[in-house]
Amino acid sequence: MKKILIVDDEPNIVMSLEYIFKKENFEVFIARDGSEAIEIAEDNLPDIILLDIMMPNVDGYQVLKHLKKNPKLDNIKVLFLSAKNKVSDIELGLQLGADKYISKPFSTKKLVKEVKELLK
Amino acid sequence: MSNFLVISIIIIYLAVIFYVAYWAEKNSKSGWVNNPYVYTLSLAVYCTAWTYYGSVGLAATSGIKFLAIYVGPVIIIPTWMLLMKKIIRISKGNKISSLADFISLRYGNDRFLGALVTLVCVLAIVPYISLQLKAISETFNVITNHTIVVNSIIKDTTFYIAILLAVFAAFFGTQHTDASERHKGIITAVALESIIKLLFFVIIGVYVTFYLFNGPGDIYQQASTLPNFKEQQSLNGLEGGFNWFLLSIVSMIAIMLLPRQFQVSVVENEREKYLKKATWLFPLYLLLFNVFVIFIAWGGNIIFQNQQVEADLFTLMLPLQQGNDFLAILVFLGGFSAAISMVVISTLALSTMLSNNLIIPYGFLSKFSKGESEKNTESIKNIRRISIFSLIIVAYFFYKFFTLDRSLVSIGLISFVLIAQLAPSFFGGLFWRRGSAIGAKFGILVGFLVTVYTLVIPFTIDSQEIASSFVSDGLFGFSFLKPYNLFGMQIFEPVPHAFFWSIFFNVITYSLLSVNIIGSSRERNFAEMFVDSSKYASLYENAFVWKGEAYVKDIRKVLTRFLGDKRTERALNLFYMKYNINKKDQFADARLVNFSEKLLTGSIGSASARILISSVVKEEEISLQEVLKILDETQKAKESNKALKEKDKQKDEFLDTVAHELKTPITSIRALSEILLDDAKIDHEVKNKFLTSILSESERVSRLINNILDLEKLATGKEKLELKENSIQETISKSINSVQQLAIKKQVKINIEGINDANLIYDEDRIQQVIINLLSNAIKFSNEEVGSVSVYTFQNENNIEISVEDNGKGISKDELGSIFNKFYQSKNQTILKPVGSGLGLAISKQIIESHNGKIWAENIRPTGARLTFILPLNNK
Repeated sequence: MKKILIVDDEPNIVMSLEYIFKKENFEVFIARDGSEAIEIAEDNLPDIILLDIMMPNVDGYQVLKHLKKNPKLDNIKVLFLSAKNKVSDIELGLQLGADKYISKPFSTKKLVKEVKELLK
Repeated sequence: MSNFLVISIIIIYLAVIFYVAYWAEKNSKSGWVNNPYVYTLSLAVYCTAWTYYGSVGLAATSGIKFLAIYVGPVIIIPTWMLLMKKIIRISKGNKISSLADFISLRYGNDRFLGALVTLVCVLAIVPYISLQLKAISETFNVITNHTIVVNSIIKDTTFYIAILLAVFAAFFGTQHTDASERHKGIITAVALESIIKLLFFVIIGVYVTFYLFNGPGDIYQQASTLPNFKEQQSLNGLEGGFNWFLLSIVSMIAIMLLPRQFQVSVVENEREKYLKKATWLFPLYLLLFNVFVIFIAWGGNIIFQNQQVEADLFTLMLPLQQGNDFLAILVFLGGFSAAISMVVISTLALSTMLSNNLIIPYGFLSKFSKGESEKNTESIKNIRRISIFSLIIVAYFFYKFFTLDRSLVSIGLISFVLIAQLAPSFFGGLFWRRGSAIGAKFGILVGFLVTVYTLVIPFTIDSQEIASSFVSDGLFGFSFLKPYNLFGMQIFEPVPHAFFWSIFFNVITYSLLSVNIIGSSRERNFAEMFVDSSKYASLYENAFVWKGEAYVKDIRKVLTRFLGDKRTERALNLFYMKYNINKKDQFADARLVNFSEKLLTGSIGSASARILISSVVKEEEISLQEVLKILDETQKAKESNKALKEKDKQKDEFLDTVAHELKTPITSIRALSEILLDDAKIDHEVKNKFLTSILSESERVSRLINNILDLEKLATGKEKLELKENSIQETISKSINSVQQLAIKKQVKINIEGINDANLIYDEDRIQQVIINLLSNAIKFSNEEVGSVSVYTFQNENNIEISVEDNGKGISKDELGSIFNKFYQSKNQTILKPVGSGLGLAISKQIIESHNGKIWAENIRPTGARLTFILPLNNK
């Protein structure tokens, strides 16, 4: 069973994503902010992380930077899921080493497809 | 020591210096060349052979008098962060390459003034250069033959050294035609020499103090038994104090205005921030040097007490007398490096002045305005090279044919006093708008003549042993005209005396003429720019006001003659880009005229640049009022432009945030709806939960939209407040009623004990909105276990104050200032996203402000936050 970590501070978004990926037979982990995300990632070594950017305290960019510094975590796939959709935001995300950038609001089907694609 | 050995060492030493300069020129971008340490060390060109030998001589014969020369710089340097920064900014902004250029530009590109400053500098500095050559020659003779006997020119090593120095200065000093460019090779070499001279001096100092004697205590002990010790080591009462004080002032001026100092501190400055390091490091350098001056002087006095040894040569004679040739050669090299760095930087600075402020503006302009660009730049460089050679050769002959037997210090001080004559025009020009060209010219002239009368002439008579009663009886036998006691002034020694009178007459002339004769508008324009440099710095080319008619074609032609096709093209392209000007424009505007003048200034000096440019443009005279008006308008236009841009940026940010805030609930709505649509067999309970979420997210969207519209209406004043007389107690009660449900749900107690009633005029719905917002925030952030919220009112003469307090964690310091910003949401609420839109407090602030009130937040003890607003009682 593949492990997925969902990082978002919006409870309803988390709820929907959790439902979708449980149905797709993922083991789902949830973090409500950046620092929690890092903790869970270190403890559970997920295969992929769905990462929001605008979060209080530690934001998504910082989480990604942290992951890339740690050789144990740097091959976890990271998919940014953010309402920021300026070209500069997307470029920054990809430059930092994200595997995919999907802007909110997103199509659930497309998201599932992209996640499966990344985990092939 | 044999001649051959010493000459070989000199040649090796010079080869190293040449190589360092060459390397630095090739690697001019290297961190080794561009750093504050090189800058600070290059300032130490202030310490010449005079410091090496003369200071010791002075300390040996007159005690602590020598210190005045170093105390001045130490006192003035802390002000450099402001003062020197201003000078450097102005110089860089106008491509100023020398002191003469600086003064001439300040007084409206005045050609005569630039030439006058140049002449004063040359007359002051050439004997000073001679002195350095003399020091080299004497110490060379002492170290080789133990005598000071001077050889004929052909046999004189110093002559060849002088020629080598001229080659060095000419080669590395004329790499660029633009003299305002930095000379990194020379500066790096000088910085290295500053290390060498200090290091060797400290070595000999330590040698004398700790090897020849048993430490400072021992030297002091022995020196204090010498006759005259007491008189030497004190200031000689009030009179001595005055003398000392004036000497420190002279040296304060010298550290800024000596041509070589202006060169290293202003022209060669790469970054303003280097000043920061220099302000403490350079005084430290001087301190290190001077500590040992005293000990060497005392040591010399003790060891040579019954011998005929010139005090000026103590530094060298001490190791020689002990038979320590190695140390003696270190001392010689240290003094040598101090001398040659002074000679090189001084001739470089003077040659720039000579070419750009005297020779070119008076002799070569018409030739240049017809010549080809390559020929012109070559001629400019040649003028500078010839100037360098002439200066050094003249200095050499001056030393050769005048008996420079008086101590090293005296000639140095004369040149300090001569240079000080530039101070009133220089500093006056920096801080006083009214300072005018005519005042500057006559001030300098008068000061110069007074110095010549009270110092140069009597000194020459004394030193050349010319029989004359001029010094003892005064001119024509009038005793009040005695050069050393002008108008019966008795308290001063010759140098402070001359300084006092020359500066006195200089300042009087400068200020009286400036006050009474108003300068041209051009002059006043530059005065504004210099005095208020920070205000006009951002205007660049706009800061100079010019009216008239000029063709781009003509100006381009002039530029090409000096810069060549390529550089002209490049410079103009940059200019067009910067101001977004159409390249095809035929007419030149003020900016282009000013820009072109600046471009030429570095190569040929400001006065020539102005003459050349004005020869191709038709200029109209404009009044000072007009100048000031135009400057003011440009300044204002620039500021309002900036404000507009800032507003635009804020609006963009606001729209970005609005978009982001709207997308978030829509994301939930979309995701949840898609799930419901795709999954027909979804569990009933889950389905209900999802639908409830969709509903609440939809509400969130509409609330957000309403709030944004609300805020917009309030901010633009589109919504009229319904102002009526209301009871504040009633309004608070109503507000509490509407949050009661929320409070009960979160088990928070609301205290309303401290409420006084008052009737005042406000829009009740809006104020209720504010209080509800504050209350619901307080409930949300109150202590999770025993939550309590309190409301207080407080009334004074003019207004009523309403506070809402909670007992939560309080607001963190860095958040206190931003919680009233739009879309600001506290970082303390990480666990559950709050229902708020992030606009509540922004709206509250807007409402309170439209009631002419104020709202703020603070923390209270032991824990909690208090939000307070006040409303004026008599609201109209």
